[in-house]
Amino acid sequence: MKFFIATLLILLFSFLACLYFPWWSIALITFTICLLIPQGHLASFFSGFLALFLLWGTLSLWISVSNGHILAHRVSLLILKTDSPYLLIIATALIGALVAGFAGLTASYLRKRSAEEINEL
Amino acid sequence: MKIISFIVFGIVTFILILILNTTWVLPAPLGKLLSPQHGLWQNAEPLKQDYGAQLSFPQLNGKTTVYFDARLVPHIFAADENDAFFVQGYLHAKFRLWQMEFQIRAAAGRLSEVLGPLTINYDRDKRRLGMVYAAENSLKEIENDPETLAECNNYTAGVNAYIESLTESTLPVEYKLLGYYPEKWTNLKSALFMKYMALELAGYEDDFEMTNAKSVFSSADFDKIYPVVMDSLDPIVPKDSIFPKPAIQVRIPATADSLYFNNRDSTNLVAQKPDPDNGSNNWAVSGKKTKSGSPILCNDPHLGLNLPSIWYEMQISTPSYNVYGASFPGAPAVIIGFNDSCAWGFTNASRDVKDYYEIKFKDESRSEYWFDSTWQQTSFRIEQIKVKGQPDYFDTVAYTNIGPVMYDKSFSGGRNTFEKNYAVRWKAHDSSNELKIFTLLNKAKNYQDYLDAIKYLHTPGQNCIFASKSGDIAIWDQGKFPAKWYRQGDFVMPGTDSSYLWQGMIPQRENPHLVNPERGFVSSANQMPADTTYPYYLGGNFPPYRGWEINKRLAVMNEITPGDMMDLQTDNFNVFGEMALPVFVKNMQENKLSPQEKKYFSILKNWDYRNDPDSRGATLFVVAWDSLETTIWEDEFLKTGLKLPWPHESTLLDIINKYPDFSYFDDIRTPQKETLADEVTAAFQKAAAVIRKADEYGTMAWAKYKDTRVEHLARLDAFSRLHLPIGGGTNTINATKEQHGPSWRMIVSLTPETEAWGIYPGGESGNPGSRFYDNFVDNWSVGKYYHLWMMKTSDIQDQRVKWKMTFN
Repeated sequence: MKFFIATLLILLFSFLACLYFPWWSIALITFTICLLIPQGHLASFFSGFLALFLLWGTLSLWISVSNGHILAHRVSLLILKTDSPYLLIIATALIGALVAGFAGLTASYLRKRSAEEINEL
Repeated sequence: MKIISFIVFGIVTFILILILNTTWVLPAPLGKLLSPQHGLWQNAEPLKQDYGAQLSFPQLNGKTTVYFDARLVPHIFAADENDAFFVQGYLHAKFRLWQMEFQIRAAAGRLSEVLGPLTINYDRDKRRLGMVYAAENSLKEIENDPETLAECNNYTAGVNAYIESLTESTLPVEYKLLGYYPEKWTNLKSALFMKYMALELAGYEDDFEMTNAKSVFSSADFDKIYPVVMDSLDPIVPKDSIFPKPAIQVRIPATADSLYFNNRDSTNLVAQKPDPDNGSNNWAVSGKKTKSGSPILCNDPHLGLNLPSIWYEMQISTPSYNVYGASFPGAPAVIIGFNDSCAWGFTNASRDVKDYYEIKFKDESRSEYWFDSTWQQTSFRIEQIKVKGQPDYFDTVAYTNIGPVMYDKSFSGGRNTFEKNYAVRWKAHDSSNELKIFTLLNKAKNYQDYLDAIKYLHTPGQNCIFASKSGDIAIWDQGKFPAKWYRQGDFVMPGTDSSYLWQGMIPQRENPHLVNPERGFVSSANQMPADTTYPYYLGGNFPPYRGWEINKRLAVMNEITPGDMMDLQTDNFNVFGEMALPVFVKNMQENKLSPQEKKYFSILKNWDYRNDPDSRGATLFVVAWDSLETTIWEDEFLKTGLKLPWPHESTLLDIINKYPDFSYFDDIRTPQKETLADEVTAAFQKAAAVIRKADEYGTMAWAKYKDTRVEHLARLDAFSRLHLPIGGGTNTINATKEQHGPSWRMIVSLTPETEAWGIYPGGESGNPGSRFYDNFVDNWSVGKYYHLWMMKTSDIQDQRVKWKMTFN
């Protein structure tokens, strides 16, 4: 349950933060939420990872589909050297996920209680 | 333990963000770029994008409405003329901002600022040529003309209004990729854009190469290899024309023989040069030759094929005029187009208005130079070139009374020099207000208005074609051209003696022109404007064949329809091929050919002279002719060890037809003496080897072999259109080469209700994430046209209006 709530909150607040702040605000959001909702290390990592994987993946998929993948075709060729819109979408999701995951993991080491929560995962 | 983990993972997270936000490790800041709410994804325009908007700016005087049609072409209806330019600037910026700025950076020598040290030499070349100096001179002239100034001020304000509305996420995608931000637009930048075109169109010369050639060839050979007139010339003004007595009598300098013609000095300099094949076609036929009884005007300027396109199609309607056509993102007004009374277009005049002079400095300081037997003071212009990731580069350029000293000890264009100094005299440095032509043409009602407009065109000289509903057709080879003596400026000139300077400018009324000729058409295709009876020397670079073919066709055409004109404009007939193929057929030693070579030779012999996309004969001819040129010239040319101008194809054909025993046919690297037949056979065999490879790879069909592309301005393949199935090429009317060709095809039938067609290889949007980025390219490739809609105020409810943008 905690995991679900943390993930949902990270997703929501990351979206809101990115309306006004630079992209790396996703790390600050994840860090803060994982601090406020203490979980085990792995759970913290994955709530950030999953939230941003879903957020960035869905957003870029949504944008790309309504664009008919025009830009994704070109940019995947430019950046990934292969013409694959879905690969670009996965790359996007992974980048967000990794940054948030590590931010969550970092936060998980700043909690007071630890042993029980590790078991909670 | 926990605190250590915290620090470690904190640092990992921080470094991860740094890597993804900068270019320290990765070639691009991937986090920033791929963030769906900031980066590239924001440039992915929904297919159902609504381009409508209601905008309000305090600078505007009245109301302007822009109606976009299904091709995203804007039709601007402005209550106030100045507002129209504001809106034009706004739309140029909205759809083409990155391109506008990039072109200006290229013109001003400011690419290193965004691309890094790789482009320093490119930038120095532009600085030393005095591009900004030229634009500043032009700006002074613009500021002296209240009408042009108001136009520029409003255009600039419109561009800046759009720039101010940009956010990180709405920045054009190229800024995000290259990592910089747009600057404010200024009137100087519009002037710089005009100089960018001047360099493209009037920046070609081969003075250094010609100087080298003069130093190694006998004068008899030289005149054969680099003739002034070609045999197959059909000039713009027909050959039997009578020219008035010239107002300027040019005097050949007393020392010309010893210091100029017989001076055997050579150079190792090679300047960065625009494409010498920047050419174009235009023609207008009078009503007596058309089915409708009204004139038809056609134009297709050949330029580098780029995305975003150099052109942006639009209509501008104000209470005083109504114009439609192709505009330049970066400059106000419509450049090539038509209004309710007339139509106009351009081809390049290709005259030589850029000459080099050798300067003698007193000492290393370059502060004094020798001129007319005295030491004169130079002035210095310090060029500060900003370089991405490096300290600024400073370049001090000396200016003499001739012009900037482009090449000296510190800059040789990257080649060896004999440590000499060369100043450049370029007509584009002189103050002039070329923007005025377009303002006036946009409003022109008749021939006299057109004539008044084109007088403002100094550089780049153009063949300005015109047709009106009142039935006039005309062409002027217009520009401010130096009155030169025979071969003046073909070679580097002495810069110590005023008698070598340009002695005056040809008076405008003496420019070659043709108005309502008996034959019922006027045309140009970059050929020589007149033959040698024209009283001034016409130095320049003039391909004869397209003009020859166009005139031949138009002469016999009657009851012409716009459809006929489309067929002519996209015609793939290779007139040079028709003239030159007999060289192979007559001289081939077939007994020396292998069975496979014989097979290729039979394809060549049976070629229909058409450069159609699937033609194998066209590929064979082009490759075989190139091979023949190399076989004949290369031995003598390589021996000189100098960079020489490659002779024109017309020259070699003329020589073969006139001098069957021309000494250069012999390959000087072999003991025996080769004849033309030997060379033709050897050249064909070499060509056959190349063709065999193409045949194996399946790229022998002409379009595949030529492999035309429309290239993104930053040379990003992913943003370019490659491998286009289009025929044509050099010496065909459809002059589409590898990355160069018809950049805007336009046909205007001046019937009481104007009917017009046009297309360019691009799309209205400069955004690679838009469906309007390259949506014209496929139709352009196959020679299709769009019907151009000159919208009327009564059409605002028309189905063709898709989006509406209002400005208050």
